[in-house]
Amino acid sequence: MQTESTSPTPPSAHGHHAKPLAAPHVHASGAASHPDAGTAVTVRAFSSWYGSFQALKGLDLDIPSRQVTAFIGPSGCGKSTFLRWINRMNDTIPSARAEGTLDLHGEDLLARSLDVVDLRRRVGMVFQKPNPFPKSIYDNVAFGPRLHKHYTRAELDELVEQSLRSASIWNEVKDRLHSSALGLSGGQQQRLCIARAIAVGPEVLLMDEPCSALDPKSTLAIEELIEGLADRYTIVIVTHNMQQAARVSDQTAFFFEGRLIESGNTESIFTKPKNKQTEDYVTGRFG
Amino acid sequence: MTALPTNSTARDITRLGRPKSVSARVLRERIIVGTLAVAASFSILVTTTIIVVLARETWGFFQFDEVSLGEFFGSTEWNPLLGAEKHFGIWPLISGTLLVTAIAASFALPIGLISAVYLSEYASPKVRATLKPSLEILAGVPTVVYGFFALTVITPLLQKISPAFGNYNAMSAGLATGIMILPIVCSMSEDALRAVPRSLRDGAFALGGTRFDVSVKVVVPAALSGIVAAFLLAISRAVGETMIVALAAGGIAQITANPSAEVQTMTAYMVQIFLGDAPAFGVEYKSSYAVASMLFVMTFVLTMIGQYILRRFREEYD
Repeated sequence: MQTESTSPTPPSAHGHHAKPLAAPHVHASGAASHPDAGTAVTVRAFSSWYGSFQALKGLDLDIPSRQVTAFIGPSGCGKSTFLRWINRMNDTIPSARAEGTLDLHGEDLLARSLDVVDLRRRVGMVFQKPNPFPKSIYDNVAFGPRLHKHYTRAELDELVEQSLRSASIWNEVKDRLHSSALGLSGGQQQRLCIARAIAVGPEVLLMDEPCSALDPKSTLAIEELIEGLADRYTIVIVTHNMQQAARVSDQTAFFFEGRLIESGNTESIFTKPKNKQTEDYVTGRFG
Repeated sequence: MTALPTNSTARDITRLGRPKSVSARVLRERIIVGTLAVAASFSILVTTTIIVVLARETWGFFQFDEVSLGEFFGSTEWNPLLGAEKHFGIWPLISGTLLVTAIAASFALPIGLISAVYLSEYASPKVRATLKPSLEILAGVPTVVYGFFALTVITPLLQKISPAFGNYNAMSAGLATGIMILPIVCSMSEDALRAVPRSLRDGAFALGGTRFDVSVKVVVPAALSGIVAAFLLAISRAVGETMIVALAAGGIAQITANPSAEVQTMTAYMVQIFLGDAPAFGVEYKSSYAVASMLFVMTFVLTMIGQYILRRFREEYD
């Protein structure tokens, strides 16, 4: 259990993945480009509830732009709940409410006036279980773009191809774009879901345990993909797998019982955690 | 070591209990399998009996000198009771059935599907808890009540709109039949919509879909096979509906697409024969079996088409 905490190579040092082709941004919308790698999401004194149950207690966190931030912690610690606030997916749960500051590039994400449709275009999400629509591969990727803009057939073809390339699945599906997405393997489905999320041109990608339903080989493919996407997207990944957090993330935040116990550079969280609970968790003594 | 007193030293737990008889278990399983098989064969037996009776009586009908297969399918006149010359052309009855069914379907299918989408995707649990049971009450109303409703409410209303509507007309019967099949369409479609996994809705919401986008572009297509099944069941119920049309549609067998016209459906004709004073074993009496066979073939074909459509959609969507 010491092995992964002694020498977690920072992800930037991983050179083994094939970088996706230098795909330009699928969307030309200027909102997607933030050249300076500052803070994307600012969290201050953030708390949230489901009815009378307090799920998150006074979180303070900065999620940097164009980096991979991992949320780790035992089940029920609130990490997924927090993730679902960043794109306001918790709006679908009537009893959910939140207080405090949650900003994306200075824009208040908790504002009543916030346009959640626009927010979700800018903050994409990939779920625990691959959830492709029962449509063709092409229509899955084109689904999001078609909601937001009008495209010509050629534009849409280009957009679909580039999104699939960015998600490293183009070569596997290019000959069967119009067959059902449900015919793909679990790992391919998850990469398709990533392509689907990328296709609307988000700045942030939220991933809620994206590999927990996948075999080790597919997991590796997704991890390589995440590393490759990190220079273009701000990625937040929830994971139960600490090796995965150590492998793919630049920043790590440790949650426990609704609180953010410790956050910072992944290497220091895994090698010299300041907090005893963090140390116990990352070394596998509990959780 | 332990504070609890134990009254025995550790015994071999496999020695506890009395063995069960193996032969009794085998016998019991055989009896259960036999009972299940008999129960399952019962419906097949009944269906076979119905087909045999229909086929035999229909054969008997075509043995009469007045009728021929050519006239049955070739003539456009159905006039078995009155007049010097009897005519047995099935098309007027089929036309009446199709007209009433088309009116019922164009009323019930859209409204039923829209209500189902509302109940499944939009309604709050509280609204749903009120609407769903009231819909189910509608499903429990005996069809004779719908027939009565057609005569006493729908027809007078139609007559206020246009004087073209007589006391008996296809529109009134069709609308009442539509109200009758509405709960089937709505309830079954809603079940199909609710069976669509939440993860698909989440996926569509996360891409920036509105509730309408999610409902119409993801949930309805994903539930399409179930919705088609609901539609087909509702249509075959409308085709076979008897009491409403017998009361409200009238008794003139004619080929028409005019909803204000009086029409006779296949089922209504059978009611007329079996309840009327047509002599048993006469040609009129036997003709109702031929009509029944025709009705059976129609619903059978409808079911087959449904199965085919279901299979095609399933290939694409599952």
